[in-house]
Amino acid sequence: RWGRGSGWPRSGGIRGGAAMDLFGDLRRMNKRQLYYQVLNFAMIVSSALMIWKGLIVVTGSESPIVVVLSGSMEPAFHRGDLLFLTNFHDDPIRAGEIVVFKVEGRDIPIVHRVIKVHEKGNGNIKFLTKGDNNEVDDRGLYKEGQNWLEKKDVVGRARGFLPYVGMVTIIMNDYPKFKYALLAVMGAYVLLKRES
Amino acid sequence: LRKNVEDFTGPRERSDLGFVTFDITADILNRKKCIFDWNVKQLFLYLSAEYSTKNNALNQVVLWDKIMLRGDNPRLSLKDMKSKYFFFDDGNGLKGNRNITLTLSWNVVPNAGILPLVTGSGHVSVPFPDTYETTKSY
Repeated sequence: RWGRGSGWPRSGGIRGGAAMDLFGDLRRMNKRQLYYQVLNFAMIVSSALMIWKGLIVVTGSESPIVVVLSGSMEPAFHRGDLLFLTNFHDDPIRAGEIVVFKVEGRDIPIVHRVIKVHEKGNGNIKFLTKGDNNEVDDRGLYKEGQNWLEKKDVVGRARGFLPYVGMVTIIMNDYPKFKYALLAVMGAYVLLKRES
Repeated sequence: LRKNVEDFTGPRERSDLGFVTFDITADILNRKKCIFDWNVKQLFLYLSAEYSTKNNALNQVVLWDKIMLRGDNPRLSLKDMKSKYFFFDDGNGLKGNRNITLTLSWNVVPNAGILPLVTGSGHVSVPFPDTYETTKSY
């Protein structure tokens, strides 16, 4: 590209030449093309949101995909693994199941295993959880005075898992600059990409 | 799958506490083949006691668990094991309870994919005695 001639000033090296082309593209785009690109971008974002909402409906869980944040379920799950959850109302909670729950008043979901279940005839269930890698059960994690979890605390049951994939989320959380950089690159790519 | 138990109970803070000792002999297979195939990272085995009481229609308590990694022998031959976790009832439903069912189940953890829970094909029914025992060394 940098051998083009015809009025294009040659800047130093390949990188200079590509940058000039990018700005050239921007200048040549008129308003209509810019709106088109923005709409394209908006469509991608909307589709992604629709897929996410669809998953919430289909699985019955408010957060159908979660990232494992701690090592309390090792060696089964490690920090950064991705879990797929369902939360069907008619699915009973049973010992041995891996559930993701939130302690009342706290935002962080916890992924542990159910080790005790007491269910009354009317369907009321109370249960106790423990991380595989922890020595003691989760009573220390529950609210002050709370000894059991109930169905309402459950975000979902772990049905499937993918290793490592969730690490991206953890990195973006721990290094916000990385998140902004990634968003900027994605935004620039979509806005400037031209369909030939 | 075979288990033998001898047990006695004692009340603690007004809740029944059960003591169980057991043997486990098991061969973990998946449709007659070795369960550890290319996509099985580990098994989380657990022995659970299931019973019903006046207080609660269904109770499940995990008494013991073990993590079996790929490469471990899928045959289990454990004798005279004590429960790892305290077998507390929610109330006093263990005394005189004739029907406590012990089953061995496991959670298959794949390298990637679905996490199934499988129940073993054998199970044992255990009765608890009608009287409490005063503190015995355990």
